[in-house]
Amino acid sequence: MTTTTSPTATRWERLRDSYLLYSFKRDLIAQVSLLVFIVLVAAAVLAPWLAPMNPYDLAQIDILASELPPFWIDGSDPAYVMGTDSQGRDLLSTILYGARVSLIIGFGAVAMQAALGVCFGLLAGYLGGRVDAFLMRLADIQLSFSTLMVAIVVGALFKAIFGGATYSAYAVPLLVLIIGLAEWPQYARTVRASVLAEKGKEYVDAARVMGLSSRRIMFRHILPNTLSPIFVISTVQVANAIISEAALSFLGLGMPETQPSLGSLIKSGFDYIQSGSWWITLIPGLVLVILVLVINLLGDWLRDVLNPRLYKG
Amino acid sequence: MIAFLIKRLFHALLVMFVISVIAFAIQDNLGDPIQQMVGQSVPESEREALREELGLNDPFAVQYLRFAANAVQFDFGYSYVFNEPTTDVILRHLPATLELVAASTFLIIALSIPIGVYSAIKPRAWLSRFFMGVSIIGISIPVFLTAIVLIQLFAIGVSWSPFPADTGWGAWLNDLLTTDGGMPAYGRGDPVPVFGTWETNFASLEGLTYLVLPAISLASIMLPLFIRLIRAEMLEVLQSDYVKFARAKGISPRRIYFLHALKNTMLPVITVGGVQIGTLVAYTILTETVFQWPGMGLMFLDAIERSDIPLIVTYLMIVGLIFVITNTLVDLIYGLVNPTVKLTGKPA
Repeated sequence: MTTTTSPTATRWERLRDSYLLYSFKRDLIAQVSLLVFIVLVAAAVLAPWLAPMNPYDLAQIDILASELPPFWIDGSDPAYVMGTDSQGRDLLSTILYGARVSLIIGFGAVAMQAALGVCFGLLAGYLGGRVDAFLMRLADIQLSFSTLMVAIVVGALFKAIFGGATYSAYAVPLLVLIIGLAEWPQYARTVRASVLAEKGKEYVDAARVMGLSSRRIMFRHILPNTLSPIFVISTVQVANAIISEAALSFLGLGMPETQPSLGSLIKSGFDYIQSGSWWITLIPGLVLVILVLVINLLGDWLRDVLNPRLYKG
Repeated sequence: MIAFLIKRLFHALLVMFVISVIAFAIQDNLGDPIQQMVGQSVPESEREALREELGLNDPFAVQYLRFAANAVQFDFGYSYVFNEPTTDVILRHLPATLELVAASTFLIIALSIPIGVYSAIKPRAWLSRFFMGVSIIGISIPVFLTAIVLIQLFAIGVSWSPFPADTGWGAWLNDLLTTDGGMPAYGRGDPVPVFGTWETNFASLEGLTYLVLPAISLASIMLPLFIRLIRAEMLEVLQSDYVKFARAKGISPRRIYFLHALKNTMLPVITVGGVQIGTLVAYTILTETVFQWPGMGLMFLDAIERSDIPLIVTYLMIVGLIFVITNTLVDLIYGLVNPTVKLTGKPA
């Protein structure tokens, strides 16, 4: 993928001498972004051990302690550093658990999109002809509707088909499926474009002359050479998926309030914003923005390093 | 040109066909009109007779053709909740959404072109860096959060003054945080009726104040994308030979930037931008929810809440039509303004 020093170099040596690491060392924004991202992910993953209380455990919730402000405002309780939400859950704990849900859905949805998009993109690019025309027309139509619209419609349909209770119970896998279905065209287009560029190269001809199967040529020979654009859009897509999940949750088509993601926390706080409890909405909102921002900044950096012209043309 | 037009229209019809099949499949599988028409006590045999009479037992294709024939005449049946034709319900909500989209589009065009061009002409100026920084932050803020923050700042105010009150700027910032800006953040106010069911917010100053916060929120989602797009395109155009030649000829920089370079910058912006303006309709669902703006998006969410299947289906068809029309128009305009597109063949 990046520069190779010698055929015998270990993976570590190759990484150490790579342009990727070189440019990372010189880019302060990328370093800070990665640091913040790692801290946020670690806090989310370790939420059960870090959080002062378990927001899913009804026994720990004290409704009398609801809508307490964060520590820097008068009237706060030192037991709740970031204050509490409308149900008396500790906001810091709820945010940590919420970030966990958001990240799981974000990464899951991107894995889903990538699986669909890479397969369709490879097929369209390699086989060409009618398959290509059909898949790309489908992608065009879906993209012209904006991924958010598709996600909302599919979410609404799932909710109507399964009913509200079942939908809430299986919200995580359903959201992964919905966002995956809504955003696969991004991958398919990128992969198809790289496949078209690779297809004419000699190693592909050589593989074909050797009599390898189309599937083997697509997945073992062409796919590894399309990885760098896939990495770049994956970063941006994780950010998009997290925002999409938050939007769906905000509209009531996502995570239920009993198992909140950052988006449903913002939604539940929004109902109380008129009464002055702005922190229930704005603190999870700030966490969401920081999370998405650092992923976007990393994506920008990665795009500049790996493929500056990806978003063009 | 004619061949291009026919090809585009055929494509648009094909897309509408796909949308209508999906919409009909939703109606066919989720909506049971019999249940809506008769009470609990009606026996199964009578339900079956009614089903037969209404043709609900016909094959899928026959029922679809009936649906399509009605759809062409904009007849999608009655809304369960409002008990009136769904198209009437949509038409009542359409102006609010269109005005919101129009106001946002105006903001986007008015801001993104100067900012994008400026940051391309002076890529190293601190103001350009500031704009680029703000735009990547803007991309990372979900539209409903922008809306909530705007409401908090300009309609409610925060009960918290963190800045030192003894300095001038601190007092000013505290003042900004704690007092409400007096902006309305709920609904449309009293729009002025224009003709028929169309009421406008543009005709009165009071109506415009209701439009300000929702329009800014909606614009905030697309503005960063447009600024980045225009900047990137302009930077590339400024590298091209004809701009260098114009410089060498001694044409004034202003003329080069705004007459020669901007024209070619706008070509890709039209295609991407036109489509994005269409997708603003999708984001109105979020903005309208926050501001309780009585448009189609809010109506659609209500319809989902109440399982008003005919209204959902009608919304999908109408929004699908809006998307298809904008996309087709964008393609045609692009074909007209870009002389390198072969209008007879595929657009480049």
